[in-house]
Amino acid sequence: MNELALLVGATLSAGTPLAIAGMGLLVNERVGVLNLGAEGTMLVAAVSGFAVAFHTGNTALALAAGALAGAALAALFGWLVIWLNTNQYATGLAVSLFGAGFSAFVGIDYVGRQLVQHGAPSIPVLRDLPFLGPALFQQHPVVYLTMLLAPLTALFLYRTRAGLVLRSIGEAPDAAHALGYPVRRIRLAAVMVGGALCGVSGAYLSVVYTPLWVEGMVAGRGWIALALTVFATWRPARILLGAYLFGGATMLQFHLQAQGVQVASQFMTMLPYAATIVVLVLISRNAAWIRLNMPASLGKPFFPGS
Amino acid sequence: MTLRLEPRTVPSPWMGILSPVIALVVTVLAGGTLFFALGKDPGSVLSVFLLEPFHGVRALTELGLKATPLILCSVGLALCFRSNIWNIGAEGQFLVGAITGGGLALWVTAARVPLSPWAFFPLVVLAGAAGGAAWAAIVAFLRDRFHANEILVSLMLVYIANLLLNWLVFGPWKDPKGFNFPQTMSFSAATALPRVFPGLRLHWGVAVALLAAFAMWLFVFRTYRGMQLQVGGPAPAAARYAGFSSRAALWTALLISGALAGIAGAFEVAGPMGQLTPYVSNGYGFTAIIVAFVGRLHPLGCVLGSVLLSMILIGGELAQSRVGLPSAVSGVFQGVLLLALLGCDTLTLYRPRWSSSR
Repeated sequence: MNELALLVGATLSAGTPLAIAGMGLLVNERVGVLNLGAEGTMLVAAVSGFAVAFHTGNTALALAAGALAGAALAALFGWLVIWLNTNQYATGLAVSLFGAGFSAFVGIDYVGRQLVQHGAPSIPVLRDLPFLGPALFQQHPVVYLTMLLAPLTALFLYRTRAGLVLRSIGEAPDAAHALGYPVRRIRLAAVMVGGALCGVSGAYLSVVYTPLWVEGMVAGRGWIALALTVFATWRPARILLGAYLFGGATMLQFHLQAQGVQVASQFMTMLPYAATIVVLVLISRNAAWIRLNMPASLGKPFFPGS
Repeated sequence: MTLRLEPRTVPSPWMGILSPVIALVVTVLAGGTLFFALGKDPGSVLSVFLLEPFHGVRALTELGLKATPLILCSVGLALCFRSNIWNIGAEGQFLVGAITGGGLALWVTAARVPLSPWAFFPLVVLAGAAGGAAWAAIVAFLRDRFHANEILVSLMLVYIANLLLNWLVFGPWKDPKGFNFPQTMSFSAATALPRVFPGLRLHWGVAVALLAAFAMWLFVFRTYRGMQLQVGGPAPAAARYAGFSSRAALWTALLISGALAGIAGAFEVAGPMGQLTPYVSNGYGFTAIIVAFVGRLHPLGCVLGSVLLSMILIGGELAQSRVGLPSAVSGVFQGVLLLALLGCDTLTLYRPRWSSSR
């Protein structure tokens, strides 16, 4: 029983970075831009966040630094794809490759360093509840904020004027342009919001979740977050749900090992990656359904006529 | 005054050639600034990167050794990208090729199969090609049958291939006399790739790579089938109208690029490594993406691009020993080069204009 509670708790904690990055990429893709640079952005943010946490000992500041680094890298990506009309696939890949190299380069002095531990933050009274306490109420505040992020994103997208404009740009940029909306600036803003959220996610990994810096430590979570937007067919609530399912898949390996299941650890570690492929296949079988929800201009450049 | 981009009616051929050059200059300037900021003398660091890899016969053969896997991977990726198939998983296909090629070498070594290096050479090419093509076939199948996004599938397969390799070298294939290091036993001399020059590491795989590039050039620019692929990629509707199958294009491009990446992996273990370890790849499959773009998705451009990126890889290693910079600096260079190149490419399609209006 207690073990299950810990598993639930660990699942929420493991799903959180995927949910944050996934939500950022959702906003990003809703406006019609596909950012394959998520993995690299998260790496740069992870090393930035770790550096700030190492020197200041302040977690909030570290997460903010991650957001800032993410937004900055996304701004570069956005400028290239939105103003210079470079290929979104290739440019995103370039950002990922750059982020992997840059973070390894900058982070070399931080490998093996320890952060000052503040002890597990938790909610008084509630944390002492049997079962529910260890499962739900002994988490970092970011975990709870992430749960709020999904309804807030949904409210913004479907219940505000700005959200409507944002979605319409993703569906029909030409029409939005004709109505007088600054398509490219709105796209850049959404891309930067997406980058900032990927940044928070990366910093959460290196500052709260692990907490340490190792080269390549994001370990494909940026790509899984990109896959999440497809699984979720671009719906915020489904991103959250999917993220926790993947958090569960990640945690299952440790649980099975603790249970003494005799499988090589490498196969356990494969679980989230294999699960991504399996879920991707299950969802993609129905191409019409994917296309129904996919922002119509996703990945297509927009060039306002002269 | 703002900068505006005017679409060109025809892509500028001059800019197509100039833009990699401009991108390289931008990268060198960015690198120099970075070194200056780190308190190193930019001139001496840049000479380590730009001159030393070309200095002397040994350096040149090392350049060729590094370029071999890059040529093989990038030529295949260029074919995929031309057909609008986003195979990002060359790294995984490379690793599986290393596993199948290495497995063959291991078997020949353990069973003492009487083979000469020249007899083993075609076998290791086949083993690597089969492994890489099989790994790419998963991507093709899932995309063909279930419409699963090939970018994400091929990438996830990189992580899985990596873990598979780890499992083998930490587990069943680990050398019992290897002091518990994660590596297989050293392969016998029969499986070593024949060297081009005695005493230097460059092996005849480089000829296979150059041959592959030339064959790809023939295929893409001189055959009907190669033309079909290129039409099918960017314009599936037009291709269907013309009776070309986009499914065939998908399978052809992925199988060819997977096989080539697999051969590169097999060469790497049978050539310079001589055994399987978790570190066979060096990120060649990802670097090859940059090479493909630097080479303008043209097979012969890929050869030039491979030499350029090999220079950056070797420069990164030299930077570590000569000037005490982390070798990760070559990763920064690679990223900046690709970003700069994509930015400069805008100039081939658009004409920049300064205007006073908004």
